[in-house]
Amino acid sequence: MKPFEIADGIYNVGVEDWNIRDFHGYSTNNGTTYNAFLIIDEKITLIDTVKKEFSSQLLNNISQIIDPKKIDYVISNHTEMDHSGSLPVVMHAIGEDKPVYCSKMGMKNLPLHFSREFNYKPVSTGEELSIGKRTLTFLETKMIHWPDSMFTYVKEDGILFSSDGFGQHYAGPEKFDDQIGEKIFIHAKKYYANILLLYSDKIQKLIGDVISMGLDIKTICPDHGIIWRKNPSSIINAYVEWTKQKSEKKAVVVYDSMWHSTELMAEMIVDGIANEGVEARPMNLRNWHRSDVMTAVMDAGAVVVGSPTLNNNIYPTVIDFLTYMKGLKPKDKIGAAFGSFGWSGESVKQINQELESMKFDIIDPGVKIKYIPDQDGLNSCFELGKKIGKAIINKNI
Amino acid sequence: MDKYVCNICGYVYDPEEGDSDGGIDAGTKFEDLPDDWACPTCGVGKEEFEKEE
Repeated sequence: MKPFEIADGIYNVGVEDWNIRDFHGYSTNNGTTYNAFLIIDEKITLIDTVKKEFSSQLLNNISQIIDPKKIDYVISNHTEMDHSGSLPVVMHAIGEDKPVYCSKMGMKNLPLHFSREFNYKPVSTGEELSIGKRTLTFLETKMIHWPDSMFTYVKEDGILFSSDGFGQHYAGPEKFDDQIGEKIFIHAKKYYANILLLYSDKIQKLIGDVISMGLDIKTICPDHGIIWRKNPSSIINAYVEWTKQKSEKKAVVVYDSMWHSTELMAEMIVDGIANEGVEARPMNLRNWHRSDVMTAVMDAGAVVVGSPTLNNNIYPTVIDFLTYMKGLKPKDKIGAAFGSFGWSGESVKQINQELESMKFDIIDPGVKIKYIPDQDGLNSCFELGKKIGKAIINKNI
Repeated sequence: MDKYVCNICGYVYDPEEGDSDGGIDAGTKFEDLPDDWACPTCGVGKEEFEKEE
């Protein structure tokens, strides 16, 4: 990525990772970017770095604007290695005694990533750092989404450097919201569903705090994807809605199948749900990535989970998905289970236990069918689908 | 009754509220929480908590 100016003297010197498709288990079908920001002022400041594999590209980008040695301050908004990984290379280039400002938790966690000790300076919420014409204000955002996460705000320009908040895994020709339009929200939503969903309550509070601080936010610069400059409130408002975890009238039927029996069941359940006028989609985990299923789960009223029984257990892809979903803590879902089996048939019971642990409202004991579903079996799947569809409607969504 | 703060994520355990999601009744002192109780926000154990000043 060629560095580009966001405001007078403020540049994105980050990089594109065009070809990454698996970002720690999240499917990044459009790649991603690691944004890093250079502020030219009396004290030249770099906010965040990039993944270590891209460190020379970062230095090259900085060099197109100034000699990296002239950087005075580094701000680390987030310890995760896609933003801190190039810190050793950057510090080596700019001078290892230069201060690295980070949250108190960053101060604890950054040294656990690098063998070399840097000149870390911990900052707290509300603390300010003058860099000349501009003043940086720090805002700790613990657990949004790591303990060390923080935002940095430049009041003179009304720019919020929001770390992973408001980010999207998207690499493309567009660099700003006004260049890409509405289609960026698909990526922002997937990011929220897979990274931030479990912290919805904290995000709600954070947005409230930011509003009550009266920050005039003209531009939001996240560490991934496009920059929100035309309408930053559009993504803030989307976050406000997503934190509410409201469900739409739709169901996700997620499953795997060994000999197509569980698949036949899934399709009949979908037909039953659709019969009640509720949108439903069968998602075979062999074809749908867990992170795409999770995006669909985020605003679904019901999650129906199907698995064959393999050697007395849930099928591996299905327990993978259940574990992933449990960690992201979706709230207020209707749940049900189904599956085909050969002799013992534990999967439905085991899925129900998992869904119970997620506090799902399990509206039916589920349907299990020995070997291949006959017409009666298919009918019971259709009936289960109808029951789920009705329950979604009755939920007053 | 003292409140306790999670060193990792900042969650505050308030004994007057308890932790209903974690099965802890209101009125339960921090000292009386079971050993396997975990922070409802970040999941760490009691040893990461300090008394709120």
